[in-house]
Amino acid sequence: MRELSLHILDIAENGITAGASCIHVTVKEQRDTNRIMISVRDNGSGIPKEMIETVTDPFVTSRTTRRVGLGLSLFAAAAKRCDGDFAIDSGPEKGTAVTATFTFDHIDRAPVGDMAATITTLIAGNTDIDFVYIHQINENDFSLDTREIKRELDSVPLNEPAVIHHLTELIRKELGELEPKNKET
Amino acid sequence: MAKISIDDLKKIKEKTSKNISLRSGDANVKVTVHMGTCGIAAGARDVMSSLMELVSESGRDDIRVVNSGCMGMCSSEPNVTVEIKDQEPIVYQLVDANKMRQIFKQHVLKGEVQTDFALGKI
Repeated sequence: MRELSLHILDIAENGITAGASCIHVTVKEQRDTNRIMISVRDNGSGIPKEMIETVTDPFVTSRTTRRVGLGLSLFAAAAKRCDGDFAIDSGPEKGTAVTATFTFDHIDRAPVGDMAATITTLIAGNTDIDFVYIHQINENDFSLDTREIKRELDSVPLNEPAVIHHLTELIRKELGELEPKNKET
Repeated sequence: MAKISIDDLKKIKEKTSKNISLRSGDANVKVTVHMGTCGIAAGARDVMSSLMELVSESGRDDIRVVNSGCMGMCSSEPNVTVEIKDQEPIVYQLVDANKMRQIFKQHVLKGEVQTDFALGKI
């Protein structure tokens, strides 16, 4: 994948397939300690115990339309080649949490990419699922919770084009504000 | 933690709730963007962004946009399925933002199937 945000979209889609009603996406860019942590947590059906050991094997998948499953394998490989870690915590009651860390300035680390597009794509395509998105850069962070937005919007659906457009702009703006201010120049 | 500001949403709500009360509720067109790992790696997110813009531009309120998983034909991703009420669903292949625009203008809005981009009927 060319962007970490595309991995996030992909892993979140797994949660949707697993019947989750709420998905948490967390991105923590700890640039001062040179790490970036990404976690996607859902409350879906979880991964069966016998599969959890082998789930990052590309030839293991639960789907029936094809015999390869690349989503988690690619994400794990991306973390590994950036001297990072990859972990899956899953159970039938708690759903699945996928966490990956990367070395921030590793030459092989893909850019975070367009998080706004990832989040709004998830929201627009799955209005019956709640999303919580937290993004942190060093000590600054912001959060977005679609449950709050839904409450605010009342009868207006979340996938209304005007709402999606607004959310995209809003996330871009907030992410811009998280960026550390460059005091040089 | 800093919460994203939702004040502007109120304005959007006021603006759109008037139109929404006029909606029949039933969707006449369903456009599915297939978002498996294969689709995402091939550019399905750009297709989705382009599609959401097109729906917004068209002003139509009977078009539903949904995500789904991979269909098993990964080499032809990104795939988009257009289902118009009482018509056979058409699957398009190797879609990008430009092709999406053409499919939307010609097929979704005018009902002309774009056979050049089509993978097949379901």
